[in-house]
Amino acid sequence: MPIQTQLPTWTAVAPTLLLGLTALVLFLADSIDPDSTRPTALAGISVLGSVAALAVAGWFLLAGTGQEGGAIELYGGSLVVDGLSLFFTVLFASVAAMVSLASYDYLRGHAYQAEFYSLVMLAATGMSLMGSAGSLATVFVSLELASLPSYALVAFLKDNRGSVEAGLKYFLVGAVSSAVFVFGISLVYAATGSLLLSDVAGAIGSAGDLVGIAGVGVVMIAGGFAFKTASVPFHFWAPEAYEGAPAPISAFLSSASKAAGFAVAFRVFAVAFPIESVVPMGIDWPLLFAVLAVITMTVGNFAAATQENVKRMLAYSSVGHAGYALIGLAALSGGGPNGNVMGASMAHLLVYGFMNTGAFLFIAMVEHWEVGRTFEDYNGLATRAPVACLAMTVFMFSLAGLPPFGGFLSKYALFYGAIQGGFWWLAAVGAINSALSLFYYSRVVKAMWIEDPSGSFDLGSTPLGLYAAVMVAAVGTLLLLPAFGPVVETAQSAATALFA
Amino acid sequence: MIIEALIAITFVASMAVLLAPDEWAGRLAAALSLLPVAGSLYMWSRFDATGNALTGGDLAFETMIPWLELGGYTINWHVGVDGIGLPLVVLTTVLTTLAIVSAWTPIDDRQSQFYGLMLFMEANLLGVFTALDFFVWFVFWEAVLLPMYFLIGVWGGPRRKYAAIKFFVYTNVASLAMFIGFVALVFGLGDSVSSLDMPAIAQALRAGELGSLYGIPAATLRSVAFVAMFLGFAVKVPVVPFHTWLPDAHVEAPSPVSVMLAGVLLKMGTYALLRFNFTMLPETATAFVVPIALIAVVSVIYGAMLALAQQDLKRIVAYSSVSSMGYVILGLVAYTTYGVGGATFQMIAHGLISGLMFMSVGVIYNATHTRMVGDMSGMADRMPVTVGILVAGAFGYMGLPLMAGFAGEFFIFKGAFASTVHAAMPLFTAVAMFGIVVVAGYLLFAMQRTLFGSFRLETDYEVGPAALHETAPLAVLLATIILLGVAPDLFFGMIQDAVDPLLDFGGDLS
Repeated sequence: MPIQTQLPTWTAVAPTLLLGLTALVLFLADSIDPDSTRPTALAGISVLGSVAALAVAGWFLLAGTGQEGGAIELYGGSLVVDGLSLFFTVLFASVAAMVSLASYDYLRGHAYQAEFYSLVMLAATGMSLMGSAGSLATVFVSLELASLPSYALVAFLKDNRGSVEAGLKYFLVGAVSSAVFVFGISLVYAATGSLLLSDVAGAIGSAGDLVGIAGVGVVMIAGGFAFKTASVPFHFWAPEAYEGAPAPISAFLSSASKAAGFAVAFRVFAVAFPIESVVPMGIDWPLLFAVLAVITMTVGNFAAATQENVKRMLAYSSVGHAGYALIGLAALSGGGPNGNVMGASMAHLLVYGFMNTGAFLFIAMVEHWEVGRTFEDYNGLATRAPVACLAMTVFMFSLAGLPPFGGFLSKYALFYGAIQGGFWWLAAVGAINSALSLFYYSRVVKAMWIEDPSGSFDLGSTPLGLYAAVMVAAVGTLLLLPAFGPVVETAQSAATALFA
Repeated sequence: MIIEALIAITFVASMAVLLAPDEWAGRLAAALSLLPVAGSLYMWSRFDATGNALTGGDLAFETMIPWLELGGYTINWHVGVDGIGLPLVVLTTVLTTLAIVSAWTPIDDRQSQFYGLMLFMEANLLGVFTALDFFVWFVFWEAVLLPMYFLIGVWGGPRRKYAAIKFFVYTNVASLAMFIGFVALVFGLGDSVSSLDMPAIAQALRAGELGSLYGIPAATLRSVAFVAMFLGFAVKVPVVPFHTWLPDAHVEAPSPVSVMLAGVLLKMGTYALLRFNFTMLPETATAFVVPIALIAVVSVIYGAMLALAQQDLKRIVAYSSVSSMGYVILGLVAYTTYGVGGATFQMIAHGLISGLMFMSVGVIYNATHTRMVGDMSGMADRMPVTVGILVAGAFGYMGLPLMAGFAGEFFIFKGAFASTVHAAMPLFTAVAMFGIVVVAGYLLFAMQRTLFGSFRLETDYEVGPAALHETAPLAVLLATIILLGVAPDLFFGMIQDAVDPLLDFGGDLS
């Protein structure tokens, strides 16, 4: 029995509402006790709220909400709840929970803690809305709702020059991208007369003389997504922002925010600009994304290989991973097994959400220990913190795509999907890049385990929240190997529904 | 479900040991590793299978559970053992326990991590020898590399980082070549297979259902895939000229790790050659018989020559592995019951004997802190028991009757002489047999200089008899070697059962 017959329709957005509500509860807690010196309560509310959202979204996903019997539409189709939006909400809520848990230790002694957590929750709400956006207007609004808190969060360490600079850079690039994006929307509106994705799809085929305008609009919209997903050529902000931001925020941005960009890009391009009708008109956006995917992978990986700073290496590798995920848009073709490759891309983003968040949180832990930032500073770290280093090893090998970790299967599924769609050359470029990435990921592992310590470590106390979050991410990365079957099947059926 | 239990228990044990304090990690690891030993011996006692896992017949302890579906191909959790897999499972569990015990003396740093990794490697090795779905198998196959990389890189000798990276890069690139070759075959089969199940794929390939792929005709595809897979596995075996990572890895690895490397990891290569190249593409293998037999013979002779030229005891044993594994390849390509069965038997025999050799060289090194032939002589005066076992092991290596090595080599030569795959096979066999002489040469030469004569040692260490926990694993190994030499049928019967269906293919055998 489909769930929508039992509950009022608006409850379908309950996961998103829960995230937003948590942000409001945090504001309330802050107004009651503005000088709170008890971060436990704030972090606790934040974790609880995101876990609740995760649980509800997971329940809906399993119950088939918005999947059996078609997507649930609210506000005349401006918000859509279906498999895709629920799948990504699970991802955002998991990352938000891990980041909140980890921030408990990272923020110790900082002012404005309640603001920090509520900004994280607001950003998560925005991301979740991005996944549900059914009209270009809600796409834009939710994208801004996700972005504005992120700018503030990157600059959160306001006594730290790097953090403020990164925030400013992120904000400026973001503002320009938003302008480009919203202008693209207006051009599409001009050509089709609608903002609703399904109506755009219906009208764009008969755009007639306005096809040129629509094409420019599509390219500009793609630019907006390239910014959000840190893809070339709008990736310049990413390494700076990830490096300057507090490490839990780097984790949040590089996995959840990036995934949000993909969530909305998948929906907009699959639903509003159907390949069958726009490609014959000359708007060949799969080709555009194919070029972007190849360049993004290659640029990200080569830049990552030359870094000396671990956090910066991860930042560039995150650009590289945006390139892999772009295969989900690039390997689409009229009539091909499009749902498979896009679903594989979604599954990769979910695995990435765990392994990449975990890697950045490990860096947060190392920053907490004040060990240092370069590969050399990591030398021999495993002699002092073997279990944490084991977790980091899991993340690194999983990011590189080695078995027996989740990243191996998700990359395999992704490249396999591309080959199936006839894009074997994209898969080949991806596989070569993936093999190259082993070089810089294994440098971290080598430094931690094999090199002798170059100095003495004084690690001090174990940060419990951070430690727990890293462990959750590591266990998640490991469990996603045996549990990958249901994950990829859910993702692929959700993606296939978009092309129906 | 006993195979799952075995793998799961070993995984859990590795985690438990990793978290244990260093002081008793070694004891705990040895105690926990007895569980898989007991499990594998139980499997052996209850073993009941008549057939080959890939080509049909009954399979023991089989489980098949659907796992996931990727683009039309089902991936199952499919495990089971036949007469080829079971001996290797027993070898893995027994050798791991002995290697762990033999590590108590030399490993004095970060013990819990060391033993945890050893058990982690064991769990994955068990997976390699039991998995029957390509995907599951590949996950285990690659996962073996990770602990080995750390075991060499962290606990190895002075050039450990170089050796670890070289090992990792060589074998990883080899795996990639193999992977591409195999996947090309699966794609080439088109609709005739719907899963990555190895038995299904093997049977489809043997039935000649391979089609063309991207315009490449089936015959070419078969040859290219065969070569890609052969290269991938040949690096692991290793055969000349892909053997250069092996001496580096062996010399730098601590002795217990060398035991695992020579005893079990090299068998992964020949096991996979048997399962993939020689089972799935028998016609192609018989077409390539001359180059393969040539590689085998060159490996035998050249490996033995290299061993003869070494000054380091461990290097001698390391190069001798290249030589011995050459026999295994020769047996495989012979395509007779005795050839292929003997090759499988020789995998076990070589695992035990090379394990014994590395372990006893390790015991001598622990006592003297040198492995150079020129630095010592007359060790027999000070360590009579260890030296006695080492000499016995060396005789096993040379193929002394009533020891496992004799049985293995005898079966291989018998099978290779009788082989009809190519007219030149008897010639190749005769040349390869000459290798025995060289083996005897370098082993006797090295032993005569280091073990016998008057005692002399060019280090500052006082040398006395080895401790009980150093001698006991050697004794167990020697007893097993003799047991298998006296009664090869403990394993050979089941090996034959599994090998026979494999030889039954319609191809041209002449």
